[in-house]
Amino acid sequence: MSHRDFAQFTGSADYVTSEALRSIVNVSISLSRPLLIRGEPGTGKTLLAHSIARNLGKKLITWNIKSTTKAQDGLYVYDTVQRLNDSRFADQDVSDIKHYIHLGKLGQAFASPEQVVLLIDEIDKADIEFPNDLLNELDEMKFHIPETDETVSAIHRPIAVITSNAEKELPDAFLRRCVFHYIEFPDPELMEEIVRVHFPDIESQLLREAMKTFYALRKTNEFRKKPSTSELIDWIKVLIAGGIPVQTLSRQIPFVGTLLKKEADYHHFSNNYALGNRR
Amino acid sequence: MFTGFFYILKNKGVPVSITEWLTFVEALSIGHVKDLDEFYTLARAILVKSEAHYDHYDCAFEEFIEGHGSATVISEQIAGWLKGQWESILPEGSSVEGEKGFEELLRKLEERLKEQTEQHDGGSKWIGRGGTSPFGHSGRHPNGIGIGGESHGGHAAQLARERRFRNYRTDLTLDVRQMGLAMRGLRQLGRTGPEDELALPESIEATAANAGDISLIWRRRRKNAVKLLLLMDAGGSMDPFASLCDQLFSAVHSTAHFRDFRSYYFHNCIYDDLYRDAERRDTDTVSMEYLLRTLDPEYKVILVGDATMSPWELSQKYGAIDFSQRNEEPGIVWLRKLAGHFTHCVWLNPADSRSWIHPTVKAVGDIFPMFPLTIEGLGHAVKKLVVKK
Repeated sequence: MSHRDFAQFTGSADYVTSEALRSIVNVSISLSRPLLIRGEPGTGKTLLAHSIARNLGKKLITWNIKSTTKAQDGLYVYDTVQRLNDSRFADQDVSDIKHYIHLGKLGQAFASPEQVVLLIDEIDKADIEFPNDLLNELDEMKFHIPETDETVSAIHRPIAVITSNAEKELPDAFLRRCVFHYIEFPDPELMEEIVRVHFPDIESQLLREAMKTFYALRKTNEFRKKPSTSELIDWIKVLIAGGIPVQTLSRQIPFVGTLLKKEADYHHFSNNYALGNRR
Repeated sequence: MFTGFFYILKNKGVPVSITEWLTFVEALSIGHVKDLDEFYTLARAILVKSEAHYDHYDCAFEEFIEGHGSATVISEQIAGWLKGQWESILPEGSSVEGEKGFEELLRKLEERLKEQTEQHDGGSKWIGRGGTSPFGHSGRHPNGIGIGGESHGGHAAQLARERRFRNYRTDLTLDVRQMGLAMRGLRQLGRTGPEDELALPESIEATAANAGDISLIWRRRRKNAVKLLLLMDAGGSMDPFASLCDQLFSAVHSTAHFRDFRSYYFHNCIYDDLYRDAERRDTDTVSMEYLLRTLDPEYKVILVGDATMSPWELSQKYGAIDFSQRNEEPGIVWLRKLAGHFTHCVWLNPADSRSWIHPTVKAVGDIFPMFPLTIEGLGHAVKKLVVKK
């Protein structure tokens, strides 16, 4: 079979990806299947969508999911109250319901004249049935508005990226339609690359020591929430801003609060590791 | 030629469906796979939907490669595929011409897969090796498919062999989602709070009655009135079930919206004090007496534990396994107090119900209705909790 034409994601300068992830993104684009991304918090799930949008020069539409979000919210909202108000108090033409239909994020992505990147962020936050309610819309990329008897169908199928923290398991029927990738925690080499993207001028020695401490902390397995990429970046930022000399790092961990966010972890750390006597 | 992989995956316990397999074939046809590394990542992205199955996938991938001799052989086959050797995997006499041919191919492949699922129930690992199946081994490849350059297959094989995802395996009978669904039954909806919800049918009626002048009728929202007290055994004989209990906890915590939710821990049996977290620190406790005094009997109580302990832990003064408890009253008295105060209590036992022969399990089961911590058991327990007394 011949190569079909599709957008080619090559990664962007400010977001480091593995080759595997790049080819998975491209497959999901060419198959027009939503890409489901899972991984530890702080591994850059949400940033991936931003990076795709920037790299392909497409507009990004973000739909942030909350515990109260309903599937219908993403499609359209019929503002009945406004219409009722206008019919009684305003001098407006209320015969045209279209004026009172507002498209949701999914609807906007479908209706957009050019292809967009649609990010459905943290889908697992919503009610347990939420993904099932979207199956048909994501499959056929269209939905019907009974009020106006119109069908909104995607002019260009959006590039859909869905992130999940796996707080809740997603239904099988939904998973079958997705391309799935689990963002592994970066190994030291990749991590170094990521840090260098954020701090191009970082001293090699500082970077090496910081990474050593960081991975040692992660390895201990004693913490409820292990520090992740975003914590490391914050920590290095503080280290540089605070002008901490490299030598200090081998003896103690300054600003450990940026790495350990849970109170219990912090206490555990100060009881066992502080004052320079690392076990 | 790749169909064998489908069955190895199934054998290894990856829940892969025909739909997903066809998607994968489509991805191959578009030309995404240039070497074995990409085969590895793409097949995984499309066929495997949870990192818990990544390890199964790695095992399957390794077996697949071994079944084909070596990584190089597969790499050659992929190269062959790419060189337009579609005919080699088509049913005899068909050909691929554009879209239509491809759809036809998918249809035939699907039929074939379905047939073979039926034949495959015996459990043998390989299909289509006899040489009659067009989807079989590479024997049908026309001769002379050469590939230039070096093979990139080694890396993926190595990746699979490393089995980095071993720790993500779960192999559990229950998952959080299923538990969450079972917990949904634990609802008693009642109208509470301010009158801030528009009652549409009533408003329409009132408006009509009002000769078209709008009158809005507001009402209270429906809310779940259930208050839940979760008491979990932690430590000792419960260690093997720790992750299961964690899942139950997150299911309760994240899926159902209770009016109030409290959780405490105990060790083997309940005495004067309960612990606030699973580490059971003596400094962080709450007394049973306080709970019985402050919580009204409406609270639904779920106890989780294997109820397996020494008989004296249940029946004797100072019998508690943690000596510091110094219980003046035997555990069974505390359990009876609990059952007497709260109207709805259940005990979930994560241990296999066939092993519920221990005397203390029976004694606890006499006080609380006991259910196994499985989907079914959880469902029954939830029903027991909402029944009207």
